[in-house]
Amino acid sequence: MSRRTSEITNGIAKIYLALVLLFLYVPIFTMAAMAFNRSPLYELPFQFDLIWFESLMSNDRLLRAGSNSLIIAVINTVIATVLGTAASLAFARYQFRGRTLMQLLLLPPITIPWLVIGTAMLVFFFWIANVPAVAETCRAILPAAYCAPRSKITILLGHVALSLPYVIIVVSARLADFPKSVEEAAATLGATPWQTFWRVSMPIIAPGMVAAALFAFATSFDQFVISYFLAPPGVTTLPVEIYTAIRKAFTPEINAISTIIIVVSMGIMLITARFYKFGGER
Amino acid sequence: MSPRQRQIWSIFSLTGPAYLWLAVTIFLPLSAMLYCSLLDTSPLVPRPAHFTLANYAAFFQKSFYLPLTWWSLQLGFWTTLFCFLIGYPAAYALAKKIKGRWREALFLLIVLPFWSNALVRIFSWTMVLRPNGLIDAALHWILPEAPHIDILFSYPAVVIGLVHSYLPYMILTCYISLQAIDDSLMEAARSLGAEAWTVFRRVVLPLSLPGVVSGAVLIFVPVIGSFMEPRILGGPRAVTLGMNIEEQFTVTSNWPLGAALSFTMLGIVILFFLVLYPVLKKRGAFA
Repeated sequence: MSRRTSEITNGIAKIYLALVLLFLYVPIFTMAAMAFNRSPLYELPFQFDLIWFESLMSNDRLLRAGSNSLIIAVINTVIATVLGTAASLAFARYQFRGRTLMQLLLLPPITIPWLVIGTAMLVFFFWIANVPAVAETCRAILPAAYCAPRSKITILLGHVALSLPYVIIVVSARLADFPKSVEEAAATLGATPWQTFWRVSMPIIAPGMVAAALFAFATSFDQFVISYFLAPPGVTTLPVEIYTAIRKAFTPEINAISTIIIVVSMGIMLITARFYKFGGER
Repeated sequence: MSPRQRQIWSIFSLTGPAYLWLAVTIFLPLSAMLYCSLLDTSPLVPRPAHFTLANYAAFFQKSFYLPLTWWSLQLGFWTTLFCFLIGYPAAYALAKKIKGRWREALFLLIVLPFWSNALVRIFSWTMVLRPNGLIDAALHWILPEAPHIDILFSYPAVVIGLVHSYLPYMILTCYISLQAIDDSLMEAARSLGAEAWTVFRRVVLPLSLPGVVSGAVLIFVPVIGSFMEPRILGGPRAVTLGMNIEEQFTVTSNWPLGAALSFTMLGIVILFFLVLYPVLKKRGAFA
């Protein structure tokens, strides 16, 4: 191809990608801009104001939903990262029967529609919570509100299930990059398995674990469908609260909280990008 | 402990917690729902339940479930098609035309919205599509006399919102396939006399097909389960199978029927996977 035609096609490629980015970002920026517009009916011309963020600060429902979301996301991140990393280590180090099957079992949480998983969890947790032995044991450890089929605990159970496959995939990708011989060398030189893990494996897979943890956090913080079916009346997470609010009426307050959420999740993903190369290019 | 026993013990203790968790939250609930779908009374009602196939029969007998399902499948088809038509050229441009730091930055910008809140992104379209929204305002700025356009709460609005939500998936999977194609293959075809279009049709497209198929699966499957998107953008006239399932669980509390409908949806998903299995297998699944 001549240099001239290749310059033209490169130009077309750039313009096309710019249009695609416009399509992806214009709605989000419009939504965010309206959070700073004074009119409660989204009327133009645009008048800058922070009243919607101020009224957010006194909206107890939304604030409580926000703190629920954060608490659940943090606990989810810790549990999913620890359990997922452990499983990835087993997959990376050992060849065993059932290994492929176990890896295939990670696909259902990703590929089955969340609606199906969410409703299935509701049915199952309802049954389990009504088994007397389970209910008594739970109430002996936790306050009664946490033992209901719809509770923060069951939301957490669901979020971890959805985060685990991502954690295992991301950490496994990192583990595949470093040879097992490094660990074997440590073992040969007399390190115990724990020493090998903390002094050799851990520092190598740490970036993968950080990326996995951020993925897990984002999965939980943004999760709507599962939380929607498992949220008890009155106790909700941010996405569920927003959904309820949208169905009642659009107000710029929803724009304000949505803008905060978008900034938080995009910020987290920008940090993740430092640790994990999207798209599998090395 | 023998070394072999020790190894089994390590595998067990490393994978046990994660898989126990998945069993309790995914696999047992799916079994529980299958059981529930075969009952004639909701578990919410304190009455002894009996086994029945009536809930599955309802799917075929009641006149509105088949059109509802057809509507959901169509939504999946259109969304997947538009994602391909918009996403494939974008992936191609990114993989073959843009180089270096620009490529990295653009790639990140494309996948970034996809990791932000889905609900918020759908909500953002109401700001664009409503009367006096962005599109309407822009049109009146150019043509003050034009009639108001109001496409919020319509079928196209739902498709636009869904394409916006799932486009990054298609770009991502196509990009991975496309950038794995060695440029020398394309040069070889060209030096043997093939036209640009022929090179694309006979070399590039077949080699990137697995990426297209993975993208289609990742889009089609969640779209046929969607209920929040049509609820927010589609208004009262748009009804999907997903929305009906949601109502069975949250409004009418007919759990056995909802469970049967959920399982029917799962059946459709599995059928879809089986059809595409040969292509997916060649690709080495998703991981």
